[in-house]
Amino acid sequence: MTIIDTHVGASTHALGAGSAFVVSVGHWITSSDHKKIGRLFIGTSLLSTVLAAVLGLLFGLERMSPAHMQIFHGDATPQMFALYQFALVLGVLAPLFVGIAIAVVPTQLGARAVAFPRVAQFGFWAWLFGALMVVISIIGNGGPGGGATDLVDLYLLGVALAAVGLLAGSLCVATSVLTARAPGMTLDRIPVFSWSALVGSIATLLSLPVMIGTVIYVYVDHTYAKLIFGGNKGIDSFLGWSLSQPMTFVFVIMALGVLAEVAPITARTEQPLRPIVLAGLAIISTAVLGAVTQSAHILDWAGTNSDKVKSTLLHSLFNGLPLLGMLIVVLLSLLCLKVGTPRITASFALSLLGALMIIVGVLGNGLYNLKPASLDGTVFSEGTVLYLVYGGLLSALGALSHWAPLLWGRAIDNTKLLGLALIGLLGTILASFPLYIAGFADQPANIVMGFDYGGPIALWNILTGLGHALIVLTVVGFVALLIDAVRNGASVSQEASA
Amino acid sequence: MTIALPAAPAQAPRRQILVATAMASASAFMLIIGMVGMWLKFRAGAPTRTSLDGLKIIKDWMPAGITIPEVAANVMLITFPVGALMAQWAAYSAKRDDAPHRSLGLAICFVIGLAIVNAQVAVYSQMDIGLADGQFQTMFYAITGTMLLLVVGAMVFSLVAFFRSVGGRDNDTDVINAHAFYWYFLTTAFSVVWFVVYVQK
Repeated sequence: MTIIDTHVGASTHALGAGSAFVVSVGHWITSSDHKKIGRLFIGTSLLSTVLAAVLGLLFGLERMSPAHMQIFHGDATPQMFALYQFALVLGVLAPLFVGIAIAVVPTQLGARAVAFPRVAQFGFWAWLFGALMVVISIIGNGGPGGGATDLVDLYLLGVALAAVGLLAGSLCVATSVLTARAPGMTLDRIPVFSWSALVGSIATLLSLPVMIGTVIYVYVDHTYAKLIFGGNKGIDSFLGWSLSQPMTFVFVIMALGVLAEVAPITARTEQPLRPIVLAGLAIISTAVLGAVTQSAHILDWAGTNSDKVKSTLLHSLFNGLPLLGMLIVVLLSLLCLKVGTPRITASFALSLLGALMIIVGVLGNGLYNLKPASLDGTVFSEGTVLYLVYGGLLSALGALSHWAPLLWGRAIDNTKLLGLALIGLLGTILASFPLYIAGFADQPANIVMGFDYGGPIALWNILTGLGHALIVLTVVGFVALLIDAVRNGASVSQEASA
Repeated sequence: MTIALPAAPAQAPRRQILVATAMASASAFMLIIGMVGMWLKFRAGAPTRTSLDGLKIIKDWMPAGITIPEVAANVMLITFPVGALMAQWAAYSAKRDDAPHRSLGLAICFVIGLAIVNAQVAVYSQMDIGLADGQFQTMFYAITGTMLLLVVGAMVFSLVAFFRSVGGRDNDTDVINAHAFYWYFLTTAFSVVWFVVYVQK
């Protein structure tokens, strides 16, 4: 038996409200507790979601009437689009799942902490400061195409720093899964979400450095020479691939893992084909091939038969394989429902709807890369990104509601959350699908004015804006439900929720 | 005052530093491979012209007048495996609880790192090119500079492992194995850079 004396000064009860707040903030800033680091990632990513969705809403409003409405002026438009893309992919999608993995994976493995908690902590702060540097540089006219040279350099440094932070987080997650499992827990016995976290983290570790290498070239050239990469105007053409497909496929691997984890619990049965689910999650990681080659491979049905076969094979490899992995996971998760005795839970609804939205996004990307569809350079690609990011967001909210008892000791109201899931689904579809239609009508990408086409321009773009507004509502509503649960909800044992 | 049971013993991690180093090395290898890929792309896109005698097609990638000091580059190529060998010697000594040779191996690794930095500076000095002089020059500095940073990382790793070793950490085999792994990675990565940047140019 050990006797622990708590120093009076260390107790927040003995301090005034202000001092207690400072102590609490200090604990959060310096904490190496994996749950706190994970929650920091999650909270900041949700904040970033609101920023991205508000930008999407503003773009929707401006594009509603491209001839008259003007919210962003001159060089601001391409820079705000860069911020929008950065916020969606490296501000929401990637860090949200890294945060969930850091918070949840060690508990699933029976480990006391994540591997290298200080590195994980560094990862969060590096990502946060990188993201802040990106925002500050764009506010100061330093984004891609911006005029402030020094701030363009800051933008590039910010992107690299944010990527380094995500790499640090992924490294900790992957190392935890490989080295900190409870005795007897072999790799084929780990929970499905931990498996997806391992696959997703390794895929991130292999693909993000390629982006950092590109940033190094662009930074050196922009700072010293401005000879090769087109100066500030050329940044987007060299870095754009890292904020779109197939790079985004790498970041949604864990979203599918959430569904595969939650489905058997919802169905109150075991997954009958677990090894195939694990294989399906691993197959999604073939998206790394597309990410590191910075290519999605266009299917061009022209030329000789040999050319056609070659083009089809590459298109299938780069677009079809990740889709196949996702379909395997979703179908086998649904199989659980058939085998077991399911009950409706918000976490399952959110993760299933999220996975379905992701699949629509991947299908859209396959279509985007068909040359006969002539979608290159249209807003169709933005619709695809939104399906993937908001689909990933829904899955992440499902994961958070599923593991809320583990992370906050409280369960979130299931009925209210189901309503929120429907709003989130509607928001995702409204934000993305009109852009698919507008893409077929040749609405140009990354432009808010000076375009015209034969179709209801205002309708498609206002619907998109409305979708973004609903996503803001979903996130704010989720946070409100969570706060309500933490303040007023009944305590739930962690064992019951794990 | 709180009365509590003693905390459970911490679960022994399984070669955590070695696994993390292996993954960080794989990540850094992708960084170098990505940069080499960009280099090859720009090299392939460089304009070509026919030689004066009309017999050869010349690719205008590396500007005329620039000479890559092959002696210094080749010495670097040889030095990297020697560094890996010394790191492996340190790992071998650590396994046999041979503290003096373990520390000596790590110290030599640090000195080899210094020698590589020196050779790289000699390459820059002998080439005498400006960073902003052209496409080739800018990309040359970017890729070799990144490689140099990775070498500095290895030196820091060697120094930390050395101080832990002389500080009496006799059960530090995980760190020393990880250190050896990092040197193997550096050797592989530099071999790629050497072939593409210094040989193929």
